Amino acid sequence: MIELSDVHKSFGKVEVLKGITASVAKSEVVCIIGPSGSGKSTILRCINGLESYDRGDIRIEGARVDRDDRSIVALRTQVSMVFQRFNLFPHRTALENVIEGPLYVKKEPPAEARERGRALLAQVGLADKENVHPPQLSGGQQQRVAIARALAMKPKAILFDEPTSALDPELVGDVLSVMRKLADDGMTMVVVTHEMGFARDVADRVLFIDGGVIVEQGAAKSVLNQPQHPRTQDFLRRVLHPL
Amino acid sequence: MQKFYSDAVEFVPILLQGVWLTVIVTFGSLALSTVLGLLWALMRVSGIGVLVGLSSSLINVIRGIPIIVLLFYLYFVMPDFGIALTALQASILGLGIAYSAYQAENFRAGIEAIDKGQIEAAQTIGMGCWLTMRRVVLPQAIRIVLPPYGNVMIMMLKDSSQASTITVAELALQGKLIASSTFKNTSVFTLVALMYLTMSIPLILLVRHFEKKANHK
Repeated sequence: MIELSDVHKSFGKVEVLKGITASVAKSEVVCIIGPSGSGKSTILRCINGLESYDRGDIRIEGARVDRDDRSIVALRTQVSMVFQRFNLFPHRTALENVIEGPLYVKKEPPAEARERGRALLAQVGLADKENVHPPQLSGGQQQRVAIARALAMKPKAILFDEPTSALDPELVGDVLSVMRKLADDGMTMVVVTHEMGFARDVADRVLFIDGGVIVEQGAAKSVLNQPQHPRTQDFLRRVLHPL
Repeated sequence: MQKFYSDAVEFVPILLQGVWLTVIVTFGSLALSTVLGLLWALMRVSGIGVLVGLSSSLINVIRGIPIIVLLFYLYFVMPDFGIALTALQASILGLGIAYSAYQAENFRAGIEAIDKGQIEAAQTIGMGCWLTMRRVVLPQAIRIVLPPYGNVMIMMLKDSSQASTITVAELALQGKLIASSTFKNTSVFTLVALMYLTMSIPLILLVRHFEKKANHK
């Protein structure tokens, strides 16, 4: 469903992606792990055209992702994104955040959009917060609203960019359980994360990225439990046993 | 003081005719400067080379010309090119153009203060440039822009007196005409000043309200 072949990307003289080739099948959950600055987020941002890439090819169900082409606007409605810092619209309520896309991009009838928006808020456990503005919500609640907003576009896939990294530890669980539920329902997901437990339990596959290349990839349990490459071993040791 | 009251009773009705023109010039040029300022600002943040260059040159040219010269140009020079404007039209156009440069810089600052993540979030739900501007950026930028916008309103109210230089009989010119025909300079100009002040006070209170609201957020 999502195909990357030999994707290169530089910021100035720094090459952050040095030939990434990977694919994500329908209903698959792929976690991308790796040290900070390894290019994980850049991959996600290239997939939905928030960043351009210099060489190679990214396709979503066969359609090429080209940030500078008009087609990108329509393509983005098929692949939603959830950000580390939520990026909810602070001037709109939780429900308005969720139905903004359906109402103004997809032109759904307001009554229908509202009804579906409420159902989505209920799905992420925030049925009682529909009229609350984001600054009045906790980080975990904001991130769940952001997930509902992504779902409201009825996307074919959702990209998660470190969705729990900005949260207090006690709030991480609520967000992860919503994501786990999505995975169980068959949503195609690409998740950049430092939550190794989530990757192990929920992901079908894990990609370990370091220095702009995929160092190791494979079934989640095998990469996380029996990493083959020394860099993967070293990274996992540091993450799982920081002391 | 008794004298002042009797002068006031005599002159206020005449001055009020000038007040009416002052209000028309102020709000006419405010509307024009807002539209033009927003246009320059949107061109400036568009990221399209030609538009960015055009708007920044325009802003610099406008900022570099005194309002009074702009008014003279519109009123006295344009007829040579076959465009004859009434004094009122020229004053609204001149003040509107002059202030559009300041409005543009104010709007641009407001737009650029919006977190980039907001724009990215809008893009990822399939919003194009214009929809992102209309639904996400501008509604948030307005809160930032309003206090300085209120100050511009006050400045424009006072600068509308420059329209007197091209024969618009607004408050300042009415005052000058009455004073020069009656020699009651003290009464007349005190009344004129009081009338400007009376019109400014609601605007000053409005700015304070905007500032409170912006700080509250």
